[in-house]
Amino acid sequence: MIPARFDYEVAESVEHAIELLDGNDDAKLLAGGHSLLPLMKLRLARPAALVDIGRLSALAGVSNGSGPLLRIGALTRHHELANDPLVQEHCPILAYTAGLVGDRQVRHRGTIGGSLAHGDPAGDLATIALTLDAQIVARGPNGERTIDAAEFFKGFYETALAPNELITEVRIPKTEAAHWSYIKFRRRALDWATVGVAAVVESANGGIEAARIGLTNMGPTPLRATAVEQALAGASTDSVEAAAAKADEGTSPPADSFASADFRRHLSRVLTARAVEEALSR
Amino acid sequence: MSVTERTSKVIGTSQLRKEDAELITGRARFVDNITVPGMLWVGLVRSPFAHARINGIDVAKARELPGVVAVYTGDELEFAAPLFMAWPINDEVKNPPHHPLTKDKARYAGDPVAVVVAESRALAKDAIELVDVDWEQLPAVTDIRAALEPDAPIVHEEFGTNNAGSWILERDSPVPRRGPTAPFFDDPQLVKIKQEYRLARLIPNAIEPRGVVVDVNAPMGEYTVYSATQIPHILRTTLTITCGIPEAKLRVVAPDVGGGFGSKLEIYPEDAICLALARKLGRPVKWIEERSEGYLATLHGREMIQEIELAATRDGVLKAVRVNLTASMGAYLRLVAPGIPMLGAWLYHGCYECDAYDFQYTNVFTNNTFTDAYRGAGRPEATYAIERSMDALARELGMDPVELRRKNFIAKDKFPNYTIASGLTVDSADYHGTLDKCLEVLDYDALRAEQKARRERGDRKLLGVGFSTWNEMCGLAPTRVLAALNYGAGGWDAATIEFMPTGTVRVVTGVSPHGQGSVTVFAQVVADQLGVDYDDVEVLHGDTQVSPLGMDTYGSRGVAVGSVALHRAGEKIIAKARTLAAHELECAEEDLEFEGGNFTVKGTDRSANIKGLAFNSWTAHNLPDGMEPGLGATELYDPPNFSWPNGAHCCVVEVDPDTGSVDTVRYIAVDDCGVQLNPMLVEGQVHGGVAQGIAEALFEEARYDDEGNLVTGTMTTYLVPGPPELPPFEVHDTVTPSPTNAMGVKGIGEAGTIAAPPAVINAIVDALSPLGVKNVERPATPERVWRAIQEARS
Ligand SMILES: Cc1cc2nc3c(=O)[nH]c(=O)nc-3n(C[C@H](O)[C@H](O)[C@H](O)COP(=O)(O)OP(=O)(O)OC[C@H]3O[C@@H](n4cnc5c(N)ncnc54)[C@H](O)[C@@H]3O)c2cc1C
Repeated sequence: MIPARFDYEVAESVEHAIELLDGNDDAKLLAGGHSLLPLMKLRLARPAALVDIGRLSALAGVSNGSGPLLRIGALTRHHELANDPLVQEHCPILAYTAGLVGDRQVRHRGTIGGSLAHGDPAGDLATIALTLDAQIVARGPNGERTIDAAEFFKGFYETALAPNELITEVRIPKTEAAHWSYIKFRRRALDWATVGVAAVVESANGGIEAARIGLTNMGPTPLRATAVEQALAGASTDSVEAAAAKADEGTSPPADSFASADFRRHLSRVLTARAVEEALSR
Repeated sequence: MSVTERTSKVIGTSQLRKEDAELITGRARFVDNITVPGMLWVGLVRSPFAHARINGIDVAKARELPGVVAVYTGDELEFAAPLFMAWPINDEVKNPPHHPLTKDKARYAGDPVAVVVAESRALAKDAIELVDVDWEQLPAVTDIRAALEPDAPIVHEEFGTNNAGSWILERDSPVPRRGPTAPFFDDPQLVKIKQEYRLARLIPNAIEPRGVVVDVNAPMGEYTVYSATQIPHILRTTLTITCGIPEAKLRVVAPDVGGGFGSKLEIYPEDAICLALARKLGRPVKWIEERSEGYLATLHGREMIQEIELAATRDGVLKAVRVNLTASMGAYLRLVAPGIPMLGAWLYHGCYECDAYDFQYTNVFTNNTFTDAYRGAGRPEATYAIERSMDALARELGMDPVELRRKNFIAKDKFPNYTIASGLTVDSADYHGTLDKCLEVLDYDALRAEQKARRERGDRKLLGVGFSTWNEMCGLAPTRVLAALNYGAGGWDAATIEFMPTGTVRVVTGVSPHGQGSVTVFAQVVADQLGVDYDDVEVLHGDTQVSPLGMDTYGSRGVAVGSVALHRAGEKIIAKARTLAAHELECAEEDLEFEGGNFTVKGTDRSANIKGLAFNSWTAHNLPDGMEPGLGATELYDPPNFSWPNGAHCCVVEVDPDTGSVDTVRYIAVDDCGVQLNPMLVEGQVHGGVAQGIAEALFEEARYDDEGNLVTGTMTTYLVPGPPELPPFEVHDTVTPSPTNAMGVKGIGEAGTIAAPPAVINAIVDALSPLGVKNVERPATPERVWRAIQEARS
């Protein structure tokens, strides 16, 4: 409950935040604090300094570019994502999933930037970003770069971000035309996913044209169930069950007090079938 | 003399809680709200290993940290005696010394080995990390059965075994059971079933963590201990024993206490350590538990293996019940731990008749946090075993579980005071009536019809219904029985009622509530009995200086012992007031009627109000010869029997066989706690208890890895459910007054926790029975349910 000693700085701007990060190897950004602070209180994380970006209001909010991408500021809270009309219209799976994160308090504090940067394989929004082929915009001392979600998640709590980089924005392809579902299997309403499955399905002529399947908590990073995606591409809706049986191919699910690795594999197959079916029925 | 009429009764009405205004507006005072000038913070250095020898402790770095006042190891902080264990169940019991700071080795992950004292809480925390313990890790044993294997690591070497002693009903019970079971289990005519159930280890999770503040008056050698405890009186006595400070110099205060569930019915190392530190340093000290620290350092509950056998006739008449338990004590024998399984000893045949009964249990040391009383203590275990077994027997016989229960219920006309097969005497019950009410609310026949229809349709979701027709003994209680069981204290409790000169009433109770609403109920009792305003009754408790006598709150004894004691003190006051009224009104005492606070001379309008009499007895200007001034009375009440509430609970579940998820769709609780003093509080107790019981059945389990590390060590991994995980509760009642006390009351504090787990698991097994599933271990996690289905299929 009592973190180790740390310094605290308030960033006045994005540039200031980068400057502060760049000057201190052991500094960490503080956004909503709902992943970082619990770790600090258990003394599992011991940053020498926190750089608080919570007041950079320019980083919060959703805007609709003219193109195919929705632009979401890194500091946008889960609660705003869940209730934002633009997100609800253009990216309903994201709005829906944001509404499933943690509990009310968590949703009012936690941010999408923090969720992605944390690299927690049990995080829901990371799976959605990966499933929707989002782009993550990061800024560092050398300027800005855009990282594809597929390149972003590197390992257990590990991302492509450099220690002196900051996510400013997440760009999400609009998916209003697609069928979608996110099934979060959890013991209690406020728990992380034991296993989560995202399905985004494009259908044509009563069949499946293409499907994107994302998995939460089935390995050290969020994953795409590529074997299922391949099996579903151009397939008939009768083949969902058979395709879903491949959901755990290439995964390495954890074993913990919530479930064994085997049971997670089983769940991923059952839930993938259900997610695709639910998507098709939407 | 002014005469006020007061006729409206508050007993039996749902008065809002007197306690709530303070709690809701944040003015309540918990231990952590207490700050004493000059106070230092205490932190415990705990073992990271379940079992490890201490080869040395280097405290130099910690002592050098600026702001650190002291660091002591187990050899440097002295105590008059180890922590007190109050229930040596018989001569067999093996009670190792439990030093507040362990000296030789750590026996569970979290065992404290050194203590730091610093100017702030954060500094104390930093200092803990600077204490360098030279550990030699030893193999650990955390499984009950493994602990009894010949080559198991030994938790306490001096015993050469992890067997902490057994208790056998036939040998050790003060009352004879109906008969030995062996002839029935040898009888080829009878149907026999044998079940084994494993009860998970539970972490109580009171919302307020533990905490201790010790204030010191050094020149006088006086100490005030503020502790988040259920038992200020017992804590004072046992701290005197451990720290060698006489009771007269020791005041223990339980301020507002945020829940206990048994976890604060304990004498903890930290209580004794803080007191010893305050004495050694001559300065006030404070320790507040962190939640994850509490998961290691605060008692756990329940873990045991149950073997239960039933013998019955082919047509379902229960003949014999035989039980053998193996219970985990964890690393030490804490306050009443050895006797906890015994609190169920007379209940494993439930509310059923049988001809023969045998029961025994064995306590086992393991390298886990110590166990002790957890809400229901011994009785939820008993109800679980018999109620699960009754369902198993019904399946074996091809009978409806409700029909089997009905066939074996002890009949209503056997009461009052019927001696049951296990040997104790049950005060009163109407088991059929309680079950009838439950079935009516449920609409049992319609539900079975729906279940049948769904099964025929082949619905994916499986519907199941489970019952728990439970009974229990609570209101701990008759001292003579407790004495015969080797329990180290009495079961009486104390109450004092005192009229103040202005007519307000000061009530002092020896039970120490911590969330139950007892202040409200006690005020209701006194207001009605004495005919004064409910708002004029002030109930004081939880401070040994204010209420020096008491046995505190546990075992649903608040109402069954505490309020009855008050009622009896009230009788004494009325008797004295009657004498004074007769004196003032110049009549015979027999000519006076007492109603609504007024003594009236029968057939006249001449009367005296009790408040006026109280004033007159205070001025004492005109008292009858020999009467002492003042209107007050104290009662030390020792009930002649336990109180025996009962109930019929029913849970309806839907099980998803593909994921193993269980959804509790309905929960019906019909409880009978005799006369209800405040129905709202009764309902509240049922809600909380049922929630905890469902939690046991579906969610909660302290799990350890092979090395003895607690892997469910935070609230994210130890799953306490909240409202989204629980069904709406349909709470009903029947009222069968207890003949044991004048008010007809019984306890209700543990009912839900006792009743719920078997109702839930029976429902799950009922849902899965077409698949061949006969048992699902608790908590019935999705994975366990799914695996049970896989096993039944293969
Ligand atoms: C009780 C509880 C339940 C939860 N349940 C869920 C759940 O069900 N599903 C789920 O997905 N999550 C859950 N979470 C996590 C929650 O969503 C967090 O809010 C989120 O993971 C992190 O966002 P944050 O803004 O709080 O980040 P912080 O905790 O502030 O930071 C997390 C990490 O990201 C870094 N960081 C933050 N912002 C940026 C940025 N803009 N650029 C670069 N790095 C940055 C920080 O330095 C830190 O390392 C839960 C949290 C709690 C406390």
